[in-house]
Amino acid sequence: MTSDTETSTSEADANRSGSKAGRNVRKTPAGNATGVDTDTILQTEGLTKQFGGLTAIDGIDFAIDEGELRCLIGPNGAGKSTLLKLITGHHDVTEGDIYFDGADITALSPHERVRSGIGIKYQAPAVFDSLSTSENIRLALQRTRSGDLSEAIASTLGRVGLSEQRDVPASDLSHGQQQRLEIGMAAALSPSLLLLDEPVAGLSLEEREEIAKLARELNDDGITLIVIEHDIDFVDRIADRVTVLNQGEIFREGSIEEIRSDPEVRKIYLGEA
Amino acid sequence: MSEHSLIDRFRGRFEGPNTIGNSRGFWVGFAVALAVAFAYPIFVSNYQAGNLALFLIYAILALSLSVVWGYSGVLSFGQVVFFGFAGYTFGIVTLNIQSTVGIMMAIPIAVGVATLVAFTLGYFMFYGKVTGVFVAIITLVSTIVLQTFMAQTAGSEWAIGKAQLGGFNGMPGIPNIALGVGETSVAFSGKLFYWLCLVLLVLSYFGLRALTNGRFGYAMVGVREDEDRVEMLGYDIRKVKLTVFTVGGAIAGLAGVLYAAWGNYIDPTVFSLTFATFPVIWVTVGGRESLLGAVLATVSLEWFRQQLAITGSEYALVVVGLLLLVVVLVLPDGIVPYVHEKAVSAYREYNDEVDRSVGSSTEEEIPE
Repeated sequence: MTSDTETSTSEADANRSGSKAGRNVRKTPAGNATGVDTDTILQTEGLTKQFGGLTAIDGIDFAIDEGELRCLIGPNGAGKSTLLKLITGHHDVTEGDIYFDGADITALSPHERVRSGIGIKYQAPAVFDSLSTSENIRLALQRTRSGDLSEAIASTLGRVGLSEQRDVPASDLSHGQQQRLEIGMAAALSPSLLLLDEPVAGLSLEEREEIAKLARELNDDGITLIVIEHDIDFVDRIADRVTVLNQGEIFREGSIEEIRSDPEVRKIYLGEA
Repeated sequence: MSEHSLIDRFRGRFEGPNTIGNSRGFWVGFAVALAVAFAYPIFVSNYQAGNLALFLIYAILALSLSVVWGYSGVLSFGQVVFFGFAGYTFGIVTLNIQSTVGIMMAIPIAVGVATLVAFTLGYFMFYGKVTGVFVAIITLVSTIVLQTFMAQTAGSEWAIGKAQLGGFNGMPGIPNIALGVGETSVAFSGKLFYWLCLVLLVLSYFGLRALTNGRFGYAMVGVREDEDRVEMLGYDIRKVKLTVFTVGGAIAGLAGVLYAAWGNYIDPTVFSLTFATFPVIWVTVGGRESLLGAVLATVSLEWFRQQLAITGSEYALVVVGLLLLVVVLVLPDGIVPYVHEKAVSAYREYNDEVDRSVGSSTEEEIPE
């Protein structure tokens, strides 16, 4: 039922169509393939997740190229967060495979996926309340680095604009600051793919602007981003491409203009006839 | 100058946000308290010193739970399992090899057995994805199973070498701890044993302070605060929990060895439900997230309980239970962190006042 080919206009789309065309015959993971797939950093094949009788994710073939900033949108219950949690290993897959950087990561545990380069910031802010802002960053950094961490901590704090709050307990930070701290912690691990689940939910316009800027900067530094977001204006500001999920399936994929002007998308997502 | 930096280096290892007492004032007070504790046996009888030694042993047991529960969020009723395993093992080895060498061998063997038991139990729980309240249930059941099992070992067929397990009658004749080379050896009893326990308690305390304030300590606190989150930073939470649980088992085992040597005896009551809940009570009253709190609460509570028992009251346990209830309701973080916080803020206020009256801005060290 997917109609990806309809929206193929850009070069990236040409790549995707190519991979789609080869999908039925290719059994090897993305990294073993040649040509069009070499830029693919993450790919799912026939990804399915059932919770009891409910199929939350229904045979999704999803792929994202290295260096992309992709937004994932869709109405409530479309399966966006579930898809993210399947990618991070928070949920076990019912069926299908996930390839990251050319390797099949379907059976890996969450911490192993993080170590292979996937970073995540979940929807609910979850900083470590009893630790200060800089100690939160320390916790993220200390696993992979030895020696004095103070410089790395300072540069991470500077990046997310929390240098002045370095000694403040994380519980005393504002909601927006906590979101940025969490993004900082995820980014401190130098992931090649960073997943952000509704990073601006409940934030002021000003705070949204800061997060948008931060997301773009991280992307400019070469980190591939997948961002789940409801706010279409925010999506407009940051996204290269947009994937629309509906009822556990990929409904559309394309540039933000294409998605915005698609009457079907407006119908299911924006609530317009 | 160099003396200062040496002290700072020493302090640096043991200080951090994960323990209370990170100021010069704290360490001065600590040194004074320690000196008093060391001097105590000089002024009292062997009996009284031995009596307090038992509370110090319990304090080591409490430390083992503080690190597992307070710092890593794993509520374990099983500390007494490792405590009892080590005590019984110490008895079995020493009754079979009745010499100083046998005793010296028995100590690492007993602690090793406790560590192994903790590792095995922990491995199946944490790698079997057992979490939260189910860990508490499994550890609690382990103590009950062991108590039931040990209670039925009264028959003469229940012997390991020369050591009769003895069922409910327990295992008597366990020797004191003794250390020595060749002909010369020192047996630890009375005051000497008290000092041994105090030294081991202080060493355990410092070891755990270094652990909790080090890199691994951050990982432990991370696991306690939010398992999913810390996993998303790339930590293997199963490994963190298993490591802490095993370390806790080893420390509880050390306490168990001292306990068996203290009374020259061990019986299945060490696995009883009542005894299994004691560490949880001590640590709750003192403050789960405070190593010092665990030690202070254990010694005070046990002293208090004994006073009640001596004066003929049968309500000792009821009173302790009530105290637990009050603490949980009024000071859920425990007494020691509360007192510490009050002391620190009072100290700050005092300093501010001094600063104002002197009219200077001399930088004072502020305890955290």
